[in-house]
Amino acid sequence: MAAGVALTAGACSSGAATGSAPAGPLTLTATDYYTSEPMHSAVGSILTSCAASTGVKVTHVSVANPQLMPKALQQLSSHTLPDLLMLDNPSLQQIAQTGALVPLDTAGVDLSGVYPSILSAGSYQGKVYGLAPGVNSIALFYNKDMLSAAGIKPPTTWAELTADAAKLTTPKRYGFAMSADNDGEGAWQYLPFFWSNGGDLQHLDAAPSVQSLQLVSGLVKSGSMSKSVVTWAQSDVNDQFIAGKAAMMINGPWQFPTLDAAKGLHYGVAPIPVPTAGAAVKVPLGGEVWTVPVTSSAKEKAAAKVLACMNTGANQVALAKAAGYVPSLQSAAAQVAKDTPALAPFVTEVSTALSRTAVVGTKYPAIATALETAMQSALTGAASPQAALTTAQSAATKG
Amino acid sequence: MTQVSTIPGARAAGSMRAGGPAGGPRRRRRQERLAQWLFLAPALLYLLAFFGYPIARNVVMGFQDYSTASLYTGQAPFTGWSNYQAVFTSGLFTKLVLNTALFTVASMLGQFVIGMALALFFNRRFPLNGVIRALLLLPWLLPMVASATVWRWMLGQDTGIVNRILEGLHLAPAGGVPWLSSVSVALVSVTLVNIWVGIPFNLAILYSGLKEIPPELYEAAALDGVGPWSRFRYITWPLLRPVVTVVVVLGFIYTVKVIDIILVVTGGGPADASQTLAVQSYQLSFKTFLFGQGAAMGNVLILVSLLFALVYLRFNRRAILTEGES
Repeated sequence: MAAGVALTAGACSSGAATGSAPAGPLTLTATDYYTSEPMHSAVGSILTSCAASTGVKVTHVSVANPQLMPKALQQLSSHTLPDLLMLDNPSLQQIAQTGALVPLDTAGVDLSGVYPSILSAGSYQGKVYGLAPGVNSIALFYNKDMLSAAGIKPPTTWAELTADAAKLTTPKRYGFAMSADNDGEGAWQYLPFFWSNGGDLQHLDAAPSVQSLQLVSGLVKSGSMSKSVVTWAQSDVNDQFIAGKAAMMINGPWQFPTLDAAKGLHYGVAPIPVPTAGAAVKVPLGGEVWTVPVTSSAKEKAAAKVLACMNTGANQVALAKAAGYVPSLQSAAAQVAKDTPALAPFVTEVSTALSRTAVVGTKYPAIATALETAMQSALTGAASPQAALTTAQSAATKG
Repeated sequence: MTQVSTIPGARAAGSMRAGGPAGGPRRRRRQERLAQWLFLAPALLYLLAFFGYPIARNVVMGFQDYSTASLYTGQAPFTGWSNYQAVFTSGLFTKLVLNTALFTVASMLGQFVIGMALALFFNRRFPLNGVIRALLLLPWLLPMVASATVWRWMLGQDTGIVNRILEGLHLAPAGGVPWLSSVSVALVSVTLVNIWVGIPFNLAILYSGLKEIPPELYEAAALDGVGPWSRFRYITWPLLRPVVTVVVVLGFIYTVKVIDIILVVTGGGPADASQTLAVQSYQLSFKTFLFGQGAAMGNVLILVSLLFALVYLRFNRRAILTEGES
């Protein structure tokens, strides 16, 4: 212990003697939840290169996803937020409403050329606080071998989905799988069905929402989807798909590395089926936004520069290729769609994707929780879709 | 008790030597009292800082509209009883109380009965006794999130190993037991997992209690021809009672506040089927960011624990009194 102290003290004094700036280079802390690869290294190397070009050092801290918000809230209350904070986009408004974040336009970050839907997901009361280098959404993944063996093409409408899922179901596998958990991913995966049918987060018990929940609970009731979906997160759904226990699933491009590594698996990606032929599919916008918390003016300036550098076209493309994200700059996204055909359907989706907090704002977490409870009630048969959503509506408006 | 009274006495004797006969009896008594408080001060300060402050904060927060913004600015408007009103009238409260009671009572009962049986079993001499007993402590040593995650996999309906084994034994219904995916089974499943987690604690404490019972009593009973049940009923049980109360009280406090197991295994679902007061308090605060309501729910939990502690203290005092009389 004593030796360690002496060493650091020595290092400090020699640095001060030789370095031109008396305090040495500024060190910024960047916190995210990319604990797993390839994302951790991809973001780490972009942070390092952007720090070098800004003339600062960056300490990259990754905490487990469920711990990020509790940790951020602790740091918020003790005014010790990191210099660069990554947030899942539906959480942004929770932190932004406190006043602890710097608006990115006043910090000097160029926001031109970014998809409007992405700017909206990073905004609170008309000001942009967070910018995502890459975004994503979800689509229908299907096992090519299983579909061609059954002689069918990927379903495009709800009727086709129901029929095809039943056709693909055998004693050893289910036709369809999605996450219906109660930890945020359930609502996120259900929203494409909910929104594409005209569902409104402010009126959970309206007819369009009831119809979309009838579709999903019908898939469980008919045995085309496992009853266990209420306990599956998206990664569990992906495991089932890889193991051949599901012929189709809802998932996102971040699964590409795992899916590509699975031997003997031939999969395709298609848009999520819509209520009737020709209807527009409305998916939620996913991805994490980076923010600059209020610190000191020198640190805020440096953090804003690093954030701007992370969002250059070249860095966005690098991230997209390494970890299956869609660049938030329209020009970079177009390039990725050309270079990586697997990402092309997601690039199309992102331009029309909806931000979960755009309409309901900071109430989204309470509404999503109510929606997930309704979904689980209907899928387990504890309540009818109509009754479950009526309960959800009263729970959501009370909160 | 004797220790406490001798120390101020010694202090008083010291001050007499220093100050001489000038110190009257009243002053001596005041010094004694001061010394007593000084001895209490470290413990009191600790309690105030680490128990008093958070609890007071939580009680106050229960009356505030506390948002994430309040965390940063420190400002939260007082809203009277509206948090409690929201919590009590959410339609979920009765279910939460019932679930918490079932989870707690069933967990404690299961842990205690199995722990006691194992403790009695290991109280005999046989080869590898120590090794097996040490292995049984493993669930206690594993990180809770890790073991809960493994349980979540094992209890999966289609592919989980528990259903596979039951199928192999022809004990499972068609399609397997919906351990985590049925609203009527999920609470049972998390309770079973919690029993598994709590057995080592019960075993360790009860086993050490059994070791404290003098073997001569059993020898005398054997000479008198007392059977195994009567030996348990009239020797083991009465002499183990102080240890049992400790196990029950600590067991209650550990169980009523369990959140990690439930959060990982079912997340309180499906459809709130395995929600308890503690899990709901956590989720209100950290999932929907309604810190005021979360605090109100937490306060309800504190009140329940406090009531139980009072019952225990009363029960314990009576036990000591009756023991003193006999």
